[in-house]
Amino acid sequence: MRTSRTWWITLILLSISTVALVAAESSWLSKVPPADRQRVNPYADRPEAIAAGKLLFEENCAKCHGSDAEGRHGRPSLRSERVAHATEGELAWLLRNGSLHKGMPSWSSLPEPERWQLIAFLRSLPRDGPPAALAHH
Amino acid sequence: MAQSPQHLFELQATQKPGRRHKNGSSGPHFHRLLAQFSLCRALALLFLVSLCAAPHTTARAQEPPYFVTYSEALEEPGNLEVAQKGTTGSPKDANAFYSATLELEYGAKAWWTTELYLQGQATANDSTIFTGFRWENRFRVLPTEHAINPVLYIEYEDVNGADKSVLEVTGHDGIANFQGRNAAGRGDISRTMEGKLILSSNPKGWNISENWILEKNMMGGAWEFGYAVGASRPFALAAASRACTFCRQNFSAGAEVYGGLATVHDFGFQDTSQYAGPTAYFNIPHGPTLGFSPQFGLSDNSAGVLWRLTISYEIQQFRDLFSKKEAQ
Repeated sequence: MRTSRTWWITLILLSISTVALVAAESSWLSKVPPADRQRVNPYADRPEAIAAGKLLFEENCAKCHGSDAEGRHGRPSLRSERVAHATEGELAWLLRNGSLHKGMPSWSSLPEPERWQLIAFLRSLPRDGPPAALAHH
Repeated sequence: MAQSPQHLFELQATQKPGRRHKNGSSGPHFHRLLAQFSLCRALALLFLVSLCAAPHTTARAQEPPYFVTYSEALEEPGNLEVAQKGTTGSPKDANAFYSATLELEYGAKAWWTTELYLQGQATANDSTIFTGFRWENRFRVLPTEHAINPVLYIEYEDVNGADKSVLEVTGHDGIANFQGRNAAGRGDISRTMEGKLILSSNPKGWNISENWILEKNMMGGAWEFGYAVGASRPFALAAASRACTFCRQNFSAGAEVYGGLATVHDFGFQDTSQYAGPTAYFNIPHGPTLGFSPQFGLSDNSAGVLWRLTISYEIQQFRDLFSKKEAQ
């Protein structure tokens, strides 16, 4: 009787662990709700928003993602194909929610307009360009 | 920090022979001095760490300007925040005091922040003493943002009866906590487990946070309750397009209300202390965050006014200082 109960507990724990692992490992892109995916950046292509986004990036993001946004210490590049192909809504969702199990924190404490300014800056970055390219922004 | 030989000589010279303990040990006077130096060391360490960390520091990212209330904001993983939280006041029938708390907050994971507090206080016409330490952990419960975001908080406290930091109010904490002599309070050690349910929302640029506190002294006594509620907003929601120190987005203000809710035997506001006051933070870009708040006692069992000050530095990606991974 005791052995049976132990097996059941082990099975339940394994199931929970598997579900948690799958949830943690799945790409953040697959979690974005359709309504969020369609959102549009109200600050898109505005030079002053890009300039503000650059300052916000330097203040909050550069230490992890590198001052050239190409990633450092194993953290991802923000000039990658994946980021380039993500919609503005998807990036906004990621900034708001983070990807906690992958180490990306939620930036919901930054006001939403500042998060859009950051996205406007990210969108202005050249894809996989040389680090010096950032200096022109 | 090691004291210079000259400094140690001066310390010994200040000890009056008549106050030395009979058995040749330095006695209570020496212990008091030792405690003073522990506090001095802690403060000196704060400034040393701050200076060493200067090239890595930056203001915190829009952390709500609360002194007692916790929001959902956790430390970013790998970052270390070093803060000094000060509380001063001159309560009724008690000497004026200044309580200093050194806070070391580390982002262990994106969903877990751990924090160590070292505390001390100086009271006029009394002494300066180290009052204890606290170790707290905060865990984000849900993986994504919701209208209300819960965070679980668990803390172990080892503080003595002379503690005047008022980092939270629970049970029947009140003005009597400020009125005792340090010598009497320092021997009254309490080891306490504290839990909080932190609920936090961010509607339209505002932050609204509620904390529900449950505390149990492991050395005896009833379960105690408390609460804290805060609301705040940055002065501007969008950032300026040029680098500036005094831009509106670097300032935030709000208000908080907190107090005790007595114990499991007499739950309510009877014989509890309650405080409320405005709060303000100034995030200096690539520099420290400064905070200030006057907090007013709302009940007979409260101190009249507590003045709170804080200065904090965030050392971004502190763990990279020990990492050998190459940049990718």
